[in-house]
Amino acid sequence: MGQELINLFVKSIFIENMIFAYFLGMCSYLAVSKTVKTAVGLGIAVTFVLVITLPVNWLLENYVLQPGALGKWLGAGFEEVDLSFLSFIMFIAVIASMVQLIEMIVEKFAPALYSALGIFLPLIAVNCSILGGSLFMQERAFGTIAEATVYGLGSGVGWFLAIVAIAAIREKIRYSNVPAPLRGLGITFIITGLMGIAFMSFMGIKL
Amino acid sequence: MSTEVKTKESLFSKKNQQLLKDPFNDNNPITVQVLGICSALAITVKLEPAIVMSLSVMFVLAAGNVIISLIRNLIPNRIRIIVQLVVVASLVILVDQFLKAFAYDVSKQLSVFVGLIITNCIIMGRFEAFALGNGPWKAFLDGIGNSIGYGVILIAVAFVRELLGSGQLLGAQIIPLSWYIDMDKGTGFYANNGFFLFPPMALIVVGMIIWAQRAKNTKLIEEN
Repeated sequence: MGQELINLFVKSIFIENMIFAYFLGMCSYLAVSKTVKTAVGLGIAVTFVLVITLPVNWLLENYVLQPGALGKWLGAGFEEVDLSFLSFIMFIAVIASMVQLIEMIVEKFAPALYSALGIFLPLIAVNCSILGGSLFMQERAFGTIAEATVYGLGSGVGWFLAIVAIAAIREKIRYSNVPAPLRGLGITFIITGLMGIAFMSFMGIKL
Repeated sequence: MSTEVKTKESLFSKKNQQLLKDPFNDNNPITVQVLGICSALAITVKLEPAIVMSLSVMFVLAAGNVIISLIRNLIPNRIRIIVQLVVVASLVILVDQFLKAFAYDVSKQLSVFVGLIITNCIIMGRFEAFALGNGPWKAFLDGIGNSIGYGVILIAVAFVRELLGSGQLLGAQIIPLSWYIDMDKGTGFYANNGFFLFPPMALIVVGMIIWAQRAKNTKLIEEN
């Protein structure tokens, strides 16, 4: 069991990296990767929100939304109920309210962290990697809540690594002579593509 | 009352046409505004899902823009993000159920990316930047214009990747089969570049499109 969780963790960081394999959360990845410091802040915030929302959405999926899930605890009369068409709206509602809740808690108990993350926290509600994590969790039908949590943590760490790496490269690239039309966005795309090719080398690993 | 009549403009005035045309080039959602990249890249391996995706985004963006624009004066500022998310999520559920009913194969190929239209930044971005401050007709035009700008890039990338990666377009063979290298007979000179089917090539193709666009349109060039 423990070994499977470690496998899942490594797999979600490197082999199924949110950015390089699925392009999730690219918008904020491109917009907030100009300096390493802000990139670290956003990376931590995304990891944090993924670790919290995935188990909650797993519970929702397994005890409310799945066909027959309500029957598990409301009795046989509810066994036929299939609410899976509601999953998008439920997941996004959980994410938006979790983000709001985390924002309030952080503001109250860790003002320093709050001012560091400040503008990024509300933006995370619309970061594709968060909803993407929940939708992949639903598609892969994880068996236990521990798997869902570990998957969230791994995806978050993978996203963190990717954004910090690109921010470091962009800080250095300021000193290089990039062709004028490629500056800024263009070269960032191409570098991300090259990093993606490098990350593809993990693909052959079977865990 | 009289001022209202004066400021009223025809349905397709210059300004409104601009709303439709701008997103093609000067204000393209993908290459200039950097919105909606998340889902754009993952579904461009083949032309068919790219077209379906563009149409879905067009429906969600145009309808959502109109709805948000109609209720813009009723939404309290503090909870507007949640209101927007609910509107988008309901529209996306409609699209998802429609695809599952009438285009099941494509809906399987798009997998989670239909759901991810909800968090597609292009939608929230246009709501925030445009629909909250403009009337329904203008918001509708803005939605159509931006989703066309998005679709053009998506279809261009998918065209390159499917043609070079598998020699097909929309599933039909384009490169003549007799061109392919045949080891047994020793004929042919062509091989598919399978690398184009891998995710990183989408990024590089978009990078090239940005390069070409900015070489033509020099006012878009960034400092660094």
